[in-house]
Order: sequence, then C-alpha cells, then structure tokens
Amino acid sequence: MATELQPRIKRPLGGAQQSREPTAVADHAIELGAVERTFMDRRGVRVPALAGISLKVARGELLAVVGPSGCGKTTLLELICGLQAPDAGVLESEPAVLMPQRDLLLPWLDALDNASLALRIGHVPRAQARERAASLFAELGLKGFERAHPSELSGGMRQRVAFVRTLLSGKPVLCLDEPFGALDAITRAEMQDWLVRALASTPRTVVLVTHDVEEAVLLADRVLVLSPRPGRVAGEIDVALPRPRGRTEAAIVALRERALGLLTGAAA
Amino acid sequence: MSGVRRMSPSRLLPPLLLALALLGAWELYADLGTTSSFVLPAPHAVASALWENAGFIVANLGPTAEEVGLGILLALALGFALAVAVHLSSPLRRAVYPLAVGSQAIPVAVIAPLLVFWWGFGVLPKLVVIVLICFFPVLVTTVDGLRAIEGEQLKLLRTLDASRWQAFRFAELPAALPAALSGARIALAVGVIGAYIAESQTATSGVHAGLGHEINADLTALQTPRAYAAAFVLFALAIACFYALSLAERVLAPWAHPTRGDTT
Repeated sequence: MATELQPRIKRPLGGAQQSREPTAVADHAIELGAVERTFMDRRGVRVPALAGISLKVARGELLAVVGPSGCGKTTLLELICGLQAPDAGVLESEPAVLMPQRDLLLPWLDALDNASLALRIGHVPRAQARERAASLFAELGLKGFERAHPSELSGGMRQRVAFVRTLLSGKPVLCLDEPFGALDAITRAEMQDWLVRALASTPRTVVLVTHDVEEAVLLADRVLVLSPRPGRVAGEIDVALPRPRGRTEAAIVALRERALGLLTGAAA
Repeated sequence: MSGVRRMSPSRLLPPLLLALALLGAWELYADLGTTSSFVLPAPHAVASALWENAGFIVANLGPTAEEVGLGILLALALGFALAVAVHLSSPLRRAVYPLAVGSQAIPVAVIAPLLVFWWGFGVLPKLVVIVLICFFPVLVTTVDGLRAIEGEQLKLLRTLDASRWQAFRFAELPAALPAALSGARIALAVGVIGAYIAESQTATSGVHAGLGHEINADLTALQTPRAYAAAFVLFALAIACFYALSLAERVLAPWAHPTRGDTT
C-alpha cells in the first residue's frame, strides 16, 4: 500500500506550508464552515464521522475538544492538519502539526534525534538540530536522557520527547490527540502543569482532543463538546479563569459539571 | 547494550549434549552392521577421513566458501533492492512478485547449460545459481519489514513535512534492516545447499573445484567417509555463517533486540 505523503488538499491558507506568516482572515488561526466527513466501511456503507462542524479558533487560543468515543475527534484533527480532506464545507488553517495519541517515537533513534526529527526533515544539520532539542530537554526534565532510546524511557518521558518533536516543527498550530490519555494520574497531572508552562513561554494555537472533561476545563480557554457520531457541536464553554488552575476550585468544578451535562445531554 | 553475549558453559551445554547424543545414536546404528560403510560410514570413520584429508578438504572449502559468501552478499543486495522497488511502486510489485515466486521453482539443471554457455567454468555461473536461490527470502522479509511501518507513523511524518524519500530514510529503511538480515539468515541456510547444487550442475575447471564437486566425485568413487567429512564441513560452514549474521544483526540493528534484564 503506497501511502501518500503529500497533503491531498490544497489548503488556501496553508499554501506556504513552512511560512509562519499568518495569512488567516482576521485573528483566526483555524476556521471551519459546515465541514462534513464521511467514511466507507468494509461493506461500502457510508458512515458519517463529522456532520456540519463550524468552528473558529483564535490565534493563540487553547481549544479543548471533548466528546464520546468515535465522535470524530481524531478526524477533526486530521482535517486541520491536512491529512484528510473534508467532503463538504470550508476549512482554512494555518500550518498545523499533529501529536498523535501514541508517541510513535522511532526505536532506532535516541531521544534527541527523535525530538529533532522535524528539524532534520527541514534539512538542519544533525549536530545543530540536536543542540536545539537539547535546550528544550532541560526545561522538560529530560536532562540526562538525551542519548536514551525510546525503550529505555518511561511513558511520561516518551510523551515529553514527542511533545518536543511537535514543538520543534515550528508550526503555529498544534493538534494534540489525547496526549496524556495513556499516562497514570500523577504523571498526567505533571504533564498538564508542564504543558501550561510550555505554552506560556512559547504561545501557539492549540487544539487539544481529550475524553477527560476535567483536563479540558483545567487547560483550555474554551471547551467544545461534540455529540456522538456523527459529530456535531453540542455546546461550547468559555473558561475565562486565570492560570494555574486548581482542580478543586469551585469555578473549575462547576464548569466541569456543565461540560459533563452537555456531554450526557448530547449522548441522550 | 553490547551486542555480544558471553559464551557461558550453561549456554553451550545443551547444544553440545544434543550433538553428542545424535552422534552416539549414529555410531551405535552404524556399528550394528545393518548398513554398509558405503551407505553410512560411522562417525569415527568420518572423523578419521576428515583428519587424513584435512588439506584436501580445506583446499576445496576455499572456492565453496567464496561462492557462499559472495552469493549471499549479492542475494542480500538484489533482494533488498527489489524489495525497495516493489515497496515503492505497486505496478512493479504486481509485475515482479509472481515472477520472483515462480523463479524458485525453476530446476537449476534447466538453466545450467545456458549459464555455462554465457559465463564459462568460473565462479560466475555458480554465483548466479546461489543468488537465484537466496534472494527470495531476503525479498519477502524485507518487503514485510518495509510494510511494518504503520499508517499512523507515516501520517505523523507527513505533518512534520517529510517527503516520500525522507519517510523512507527515517522510518521505513531502518525498520526493514533487521528484517532483511533475518531474510539473509534464512538465505544462508539454503545458500550452502545452493553452492552444492551450483557446483553439481555447472562444470568446473581446476584442481580444487569446491566441496560440492568433491562430494559428488567421492560418492561416485565410493569414498563415502570422505564425502561425509566434506558434508560435515558444509554443515559447520552454514552454522558459522548463520551466527556471524546474527552477530551482525545485533551490531547493526540493536533496537531489534532490546537488552533483557536477565541474560544468564
């Protein structure tokens, strides 16, 4: 099976893929208008994944997307990253990079080579690429593990290496697909703190897909709740709270309950 | 993470015991006298034939080892190149794969006269026979290795703006390397018998024509113990090459063999 590596669609705004110069209208990094996506299952039956999603994400905003399993969250991210094309509707986005659910580190490369992969792809010489990755390793508590291979790292460390790899792509939009889903509770909390700090120092537009409502309201500026398949926007919550946020704060707990209410309402 | 493990007595004992048991059974059966020594020489007779003809056998080992070594390297190169071509182009895969499978069914005797007609009595026709027999396992395992990279991994590389060539170089090629070497190990096992077939089917000039040639001559001359001694050397050659390749794999692709906690 020959897999295409070139994006299949020409995105009006991603035309200059490498350019960081924002070309999006107004202040929006991502704009979706009535986007639909349908798949064919094995028997040729049409399975709608996303049904008419309209959405704007401001530059520098952290949008969390929550929804029941199979509601098309991953499809949404792949559309934004240009890995899939919508069947109908309009999609415009600044260049976006995907951080998949699994870390997908390459086992034959050490941590620094994995983290600097995007730079190597951009033809930065290896020594220079490693140096740039190494400067981020200290901040992320990965110091001392530069030469470790993925099999020698813990799950949390692998995820952090994958995040450095994502950041070093230099793209203005980060699409994070349940980045902390596979981690234990303590590591997940550490990684969430760490993500907030990392974004404070280098602001990006982030779309964070998660099934954890608490994670969504802790981290995001805005939470988008999707309905079960086919995914539609079931509700939106603005989280206008200062960071860092504590998970036991009354306002956070209230927002979490509201998001849960929207989710269960959408599922009913 | 050193690829080489120490040869401790506890690791060597099982293969030695099994070999001794098999030799003992062979010796007992041969000594019963139900077969003639022309049909099955006893191990001690083979050992003495090996001892007495050591110089002769070693002289014949030279060309055979050269054929096997060069043949495997060529088969590895051809199998790998074909696998990459077939992986990158599906029309090519549809065109090449059936022919590659079919090539394995061609009896060497059919094409041997042509090979000799083209390339004479030297080493070249023999190399062609060995490559023909050995490229196939390399092709199959390498294609599987190249395909083992998941779609998700390729999607990730795409969002990092990797070109088709870069995805190949950073992900598919390293993934295929241990697979190609496993294929080479399988190829080696058949490569030694391939050298025998090549020597049997294509005539050779020169005094020392190789172990395969010698075995056939000895069997015709009822020098069965010496034929067995030469066969034993082929047997040892296959084992030595197999472990040399395993070692190469550990050095070239250490990620395919993560260090286990306990190596005793």
